[in-house]
Amino acid sequence: MRLITATGLTLQQAGKTVMRDVDMHIDRGEIVTLVGPNGSGKSSLIKGLVGAIKPLSGKVETMRGLRIGYVPQSLHMDGLLPLTVSRFLCLPDRHSRDAMARALSEAGVPDLAKAQMRTLSGGQFQRVMLARALLMSPDLLILDEATQGLDQPGAADFYRKIEHVRTHLNCAVLMVSHDLHVVMAASDRVLCLNGHVCCEGSPEVVQDAPEYQALFGTGANGAFAIYRHRHDHHHHHDHDHDHDHEDQHKHDIA
Amino acid sequence: MTLLDDFLVRAGLAGIGTALAAAPLGCFVVWRRMAYFGDATAHAALLGVALSLAFQGPIMLGVLATALIMAILVQNLSGRGLAEDTLLGVLAHSALAIGLVAVSFLSGARLDLMGYLFGDILAVNVFDLALIWGGAAAVIALLAWRWQRLLTATLNPDLAQASGISFRAEQMVLTIALALTVAVAIKAVGALLIGALLIIPPAAARPLARTPEAMALITAAIGSGAAIAGLGASFQFDTPTGPTIVCVAAGLFCASTMLARLRA
Repeated sequence: MRLITATGLTLQQAGKTVMRDVDMHIDRGEIVTLVGPNGSGKSSLIKGLVGAIKPLSGKVETMRGLRIGYVPQSLHMDGLLPLTVSRFLCLPDRHSRDAMARALSEAGVPDLAKAQMRTLSGGQFQRVMLARALLMSPDLLILDEATQGLDQPGAADFYRKIEHVRTHLNCAVLMVSHDLHVVMAASDRVLCLNGHVCCEGSPEVVQDAPEYQALFGTGANGAFAIYRHRHDHHHHHDHDHDHDHEDQHKHDIA
Repeated sequence: MTLLDDFLVRAGLAGIGTALAAAPLGCFVVWRRMAYFGDATAHAALLGVALSLAFQGPIMLGVLATALIMAILVQNLSGRGLAEDTLLGVLAHSALAIGLVAVSFLSGARLDLMGYLFGDILAVNVFDLALIWGGAAAVIALLAWRWQRLLTATLNPDLAQASGISFRAEQMVLTIALALTVAVAIKAVGALLIGALLIIPPAAARPLARTPEAMALITAAIGSGAAIAGLGASFQFDTPTGPTIVCVAAGLFCASTMLARLRA
């Protein structure tokens, strides 16, 4: 089922065109990743999709009643607003204590309900954001650099949670990340951005595309192969691991 | 109505009504760093007074209209070149100056300028009281209705937008609430000190609160307490009432800040 479709989408921010002529769509159940260098318009595109930036031209169509769970790139909490985690989870829709406890433990932070938001560490904060997104039982989960401030094992663990959530809720996931190989390996489809869509397709197609290699070089390939996702059964390298072993391998590292 | 015949009772009720209107809005002013925005809007109230007197209309209506126009003006001019605090500074002081000049065109007998600059809470009549409490009820009802949306938009505009909440629409709710509050508060504390009533009680409440709702309630208690105590003190020491109320609020702010330091 098609959740969201952008057609000829062109976005402007502060009088500058940050993204032009984007055609893209997201279907239920798929994980789509946006990659691109800094300033390539990844966050702008997400803001355009959720309606936070009005399109200069083109349009965004969403499924009727589409519920979006959004984890923004950064959420500055300066402590002026007193807010416990459980109060935060109830914005904008209130939830029962049980539902909140379930979401928090699903996100891996079961003991934080009464903590103040501004006292959380970076990792705890992102997990609370994830819990909030989960509580909306989203059709589409959007993660904008959600692993910023997490170390590599923390980020890998976070993405494992996301995959679990995707299976569990049967939602689509749209991610932006700098952790190229980890994220791309976990994706069904990758869009490579640089002010427009340079190239798109499965992770394999994108990593071999000249546009992608022009932006990121070929250096990422080795690491990418290690983190290959288990639902991809085409092996370009000549390891003789069987699939089970490869699964194990992935869980150890990713 | 015998109780309301006592001017001190009327003054006390006016003070409490004003504090209750200012409490939830003041919290948003603090959370969203809108202090200058509040000042600019409040200062425009004086121009509203002058216009009302010139056209012999009801004062509160003139104040409401100019405050609303000023607030919308500020909102639309912000983010266009000049730094926001500079722009708001220009507008706040210009509004006050234009108001003072406009007032000077009116013949002195009709106007007690000090009363509009610093409030004249002891002269509140039953009709004023009805307007103050009606206005306060409107502000509180408006904010209570939009509470969840306003809080979400305050956290992060994009987060709000993803949940289908328009940041601009919620901004407009606050703008309307601000104009209403200014119109309500001008009688009690005057154009110059409305900003103080918006900022100081929530600032005093902040260290004592763990949730937004608790902060709004504590703010209301601190504001009402300051109004009553300030009224009593001004009666005792024969000082101007509006400024005395603000002094008491400032004292409560110092006390709560020190309390927070001691606990930390």
